[in-house]
Order: sequence, then C-alpha cells, then structure tokens
Amino acid sequence: MPNRREFLNTLMRGGILAALGMLSGALVFRSRDKNSCSYGFDCSRCSKSESCSLPAAIEARQTVWQLDPAKCIQCGRCATNCVMSPSAVKCTHAFAMCGYCDLCGGYFKPGTKALDTAAEHMLCPTNALRRKFIEDPFFEYTIAEELCIGCGKCVKGCSAFGNGSLQLQVHHDRCKNCNECSIARNCPSQAFSRVPANKPSLLKTFGNESPAKVPQKGGVNA
Amino acid sequence: MPKPVCVSPGLTVTPLRKTAGTFMLTASATLLSTMAMAIQRFPKPEFESAYTQPQTQIPLPRGEFLAYLDVFVLFASLCLITWLVLKKRSRFWVFFMSLFSLAYFGFYREGCICSIGAIQNVSLALFDHSFVIPLSVIAFFLLPLVFTLFYGRTFCAGVCPFGAFQDLFAFKPQALGSRLNTVLGIIPYLYLGLAVLFAATGTDFIICRYDPFVGIFRFNASFGMFLFAGILLLSGVFIARPYCRFLCPYGVLLNWTSRFSRKHLSITPKECIQCRLCEHSCPYDAIDVPVTTKSPETRPAMVKKMMMLTILVPFLVLIFGYTGSRLQETFAGVDSRVKLAKEVLALSKMQDAGNKMQDDSYEIKAFKASGKTESQVYSEASAVLKKFYVGGWLFGGFIGLAIALMTGGRMLPVYRTDYVTNKGRCFSCARCTDYCPVKS
Repeated sequence: MPNRREFLNTLMRGGILAALGMLSGALVFRSRDKNSCSYGFDCSRCSKSESCSLPAAIEARQTVWQLDPAKCIQCGRCATNCVMSPSAVKCTHAFAMCGYCDLCGGYFKPGTKALDTAAEHMLCPTNALRRKFIEDPFFEYTIAEELCIGCGKCVKGCSAFGNGSLQLQVHHDRCKNCNECSIARNCPSQAFSRVPANKPSLLKTFGNESPAKVPQKGGVNA
Repeated sequence: MPKPVCVSPGLTVTPLRKTAGTFMLTASATLLSTMAMAIQRFPKPEFESAYTQPQTQIPLPRGEFLAYLDVFVLFASLCLITWLVLKKRSRFWVFFMSLFSLAYFGFYREGCICSIGAIQNVSLALFDHSFVIPLSVIAFFLLPLVFTLFYGRTFCAGVCPFGAFQDLFAFKPQALGSRLNTVLGIIPYLYLGLAVLFAATGTDFIICRYDPFVGIFRFNASFGMFLFAGILLLSGVFIARPYCRFLCPYGVLLNWTSRFSRKHLSITPKECIQCRLCEHSCPYDAIDVPVTTKSPETRPAMVKKMMMLTILVPFLVLIFGYTGSRLQETFAGVDSRVKLAKEVLALSKMQDAGNKMQDDSYEIKAFKASGKTESQVYSEASAVLKKFYVGGWLFGGFIGLAIALMTGGRMLPVYRTDYVTNKGRCFSCARCTDYCPVKS
C-alpha cells in the first residue's frame, strides 16, 4: 500500500507528464494552424506574398538563416557581428545579373583615377574580389570565398552603380545556424529571416527572370 | 555578332572617357546609395569568345536528416546513461559516457542545438505563431524532461555537453554550505525567467547569447566570452559545475521534474549502514545528511509558521510582480523595435527644433528606405512595451514564488534517518556509489 507521500508524488508526476504532453501537442500542431499566418495563408491579401517563406518553412520544418539582399543596406555589420570570425556572411556573385563592366562599381573605389589593380584603387579590403579579362570590353568578376569577410563594400558599389549582381548571402557551410542569429539581432534593416532549409538562398534577380533554384551537388543554383 | 548598344562605361579606353566614367561613378554612388533594388543598368553581354558563364553556387546547409540523427543520438544516450546510472551504478562508465557526449554534442555538434537553449524556441513558438519550431528542437526540449521525470537528472550526468565539460574540472570541490547553495540557487530562476521573457516577446535569445562554452566548442568566440568560460571552468575546480548549479535555466525545470521522479539514483543499493563514507563524496553538495532529532517545535509554533508562509507567498509574488512590471521600460529598452522608435522619436524632435542631423545612423537609413511611417514604428514599439508590462508581472511573480518556496522549504521541519541524494539537486553522476561499502 503506497503511503501518502508516494501517492502525491505519482499525482504530481502524472500532472507534469500531462503538461508536457499538452505542450508538445501545442508545439507540433500549432504551426500547421491557420492562425500562424495573420492572413490565414491567403497570400493574395498579404503585401509580402512574393517574399514570404512561411508556408515553405512550415512545410520544411527546418529553417536556416538567410539575408534578403533586397532589404540589405550594406551597413557592414555582417562582417563584425557574426559569432564566427570571419563572418559566415560572404559576398556571392549572381553572374546572370552581371554586366561584366570594365569600370566596375563593386571593384573600384569611387573617384579612382586609374583602372588598375593597385590596392589603393580597389574597394575590397582583402583582395577577395578578383577580375579576369574575358574579351574586349568584358571582365569577369569572381569572389575568393576564403578571403571574403562579408563587409559588403563591393555590394554597396555594385548596387549603387551596377546591376546589383554582387550580393551578400549567408554561406551555410560556415554558418552555425545559431538559435538566434547574432547578425540578425543587429541588422538595421531586418534583412535576416529564417528561411526553409531546402531553399536556403535569397539571391535577388531581375524581375523578368525566374531563378531556377534546383539543388545541385554541394550547392544550389541561384 | 552585333555589339551591345548600351555598354559599360569602361568600354572606351581613352583616358578622357575613363575620367568621365570615374566621375559618373562617384556621383551615382552618392545619389543611389540608398537604392538597393536590382536594376538592370547594363545589359547582359553577348560574348563572342567561347566564354561560358559560371553558375552561382551557394553551399547547402547541413542535411536535414542529420537533425533527426541528433535526436536519435540524444535518445540513445539518455537510455544508455540511465542504465549506467541506475543499473550498472558505475562512475567509471558514466565518465566515459560523458566524454562521448562532450565529443558529439559538444565539439562535433558545437553545442547547438541544446536542450538549454531549446527553452527559448519553445517559449517563442508558444507566443509567436509565425515562428517555425523544428521537431528536433521540440524533442531536445522534451526528451530530457521526460527521462528526468522517470529516472532523475541522468541527462545532467553524462548527456549534456556543458555538464560533462565542467565535470572534467571538478578537482578540488569545496562544500558551500546549505545557506549559500540556497541563495545562489535563486540565480537560475532569474535566468530562466529572463530567458523566457525575452524569448517570448521576440526580443532576444539570452541563453544562447551568453552561453560560455559554445565558443570553446567552436574554437571561435569573442574575448569576453572566452574570459567568461575561463572564469567558470577555473572556478569549477573549487566550485564544481558552477554553470549547472548556479546558472543553468534548464536545470530549474530538471530540478523540479526530478523531485517527482519515479526512480532515482540511490547512494546505497540496499540499506544505509550509516558508515558516513559517502558524506563528503558529493562535489555538488547534493547529499542530504540524516537529521534524526525530531523537530522540537510544538504544534502552535508550526501553525504560526504555516500562517506566515500563507501570507508570505502571495505577498512576495505581488511585490516582485509589481517590481517586474515597473521594469517594463528597462526590459523593453533591449528590444530593437523599441530602440528604433526611440531613435525615430529623437530624429523627429531634432527636425521639429530645426536642427539638422549630421549623419543618419544605419537604423534611421534603413527606416527611411523601408517606407514605414513613424506612427507604424511607434505602434510596434508600444505593442512590445505592453507585452513587457504583462511579461514583467509574470516574471516578477515567478521570482517571488521561487523565493517564497525556497524560504518555505527552509522553514519546514526535516526528519530523515539515512544519507540520501537530494533528488532536486543531484546530477546522478554516480560518484557517491563508489564510496558505499554495501554492494549488491
């Protein structure tokens, strides 16, 4: 015959178990709930219908951090606020958008007199942005990822003067997918969000081109 | 092949045009600096050579199934450690199990996701419906609690990488005394309360932000965090497992579930023979010594104590709750939405006074570019402030209740004949079992 103390213990245990069960039930089923979107998933009523990743994120159930280059103002905090040093945010080149200019706004400092590779003429502080002559008058610009610190100086230049093909993106091989992104907390334009893990990039494109985001071996096409 | 009509300004290579182009570059950079949208200023080149455009590659995140592998490893580790603690009763094997957890959950998984941090995901998911909580995170939050509810804090013994790490440093543990243990034991309640408050309001994840060991697991952290970790580990030589005992917010939940656990590690497998060999074996002051003298207090004195307690509990809850609600602005000041509203307010005041701002901060620049109105920012901030008012009451009330219960716990008379583990505080590390001469 159990004594009073044991009986109370069993009662409490049952109570805690029931509470945990209810909690897990609420957590598992709530995100499938229509309330999780203030428009009840009626995307036609919502202003951010294009950029919203909520339905996809709910479907994927796993999210990663990504920054939206369309919101990014290139403040430079990506380089300094990441828990990783150097940052997990790096410049990514959307070649499909690039004009292959000789006078590249992302490559040269504004006001530069001569278009050569002297360090004082180049924007990139770590020489991560490389250029290669293709044919007159086109130059190809590539990023040496291991050197890029994600400062966004080239991105600023490219979006101000060029096509905006240089864009900052979280590189998921380096990103620790922190519970709360330390850059997101300090991002002045709220460009960071949790995106579905199976669609981890938010590269912008020109409106008329639809990006083919098919995952490939080791990476995704953007 | 025709040349493109509109080409990049660097097309012509005469020095004069280059200078003109450079001037344009400077001018446009200042003019268009706020515009970040993709504008096709230069058409896609048509290459005459056999150049093929490279494809943009972005590294994929860690495979999704690996998150479920983590959950499986967690479950298997919990099963194994529980068996090692309760059936095998072997400190030796518990130690090796904790080394495995340190290697897997610590250095391989880099301390993320962990059960401690999952508190925040759970709180945020309960209050913010748009926050997607992965199933693996729910499992990480619940599994240790369920195991603790049945078998005590075996999770702390050898699955939690933070505990395993600190356990390695417990060389010269000193007894702190029950009073100090109780007083310092309030800190985890504060930490838990603040963590839930900030997570539920969508402000911050403070557990992850101030996690001392994650930086070591990643070999990458700020100097301050390395310093914090170093201090904790070094003080851990004398005060065993300082984070677990006096900081860990998940420990509060485990403590309370463990008190009602079905089974729990016992020092002796049979009956205590009062040999006192285990008395100082616990580095964590989690062994309760026998108190065989019955409380000399008379019935009226006890009634008086109970009366005091029934007054004390609501009194403390109200006092602390009120204090918490008064702190709403202090708490909300951490929130980025409130910070922005303050900046916008300061800006509009400056403009009203006719002063010109020298340089807009990045927040103001982003605010101007976002096209939001001032009133939108203010209403967002006041909504956050309102949340912190309610949250402040709940947080304060929770702390008041914790203090009242602790005071009450110390007031109640104790009577026990044997050396037993304190079910709430015991980490089930199984050190004491080696000291017991009674073997099954």
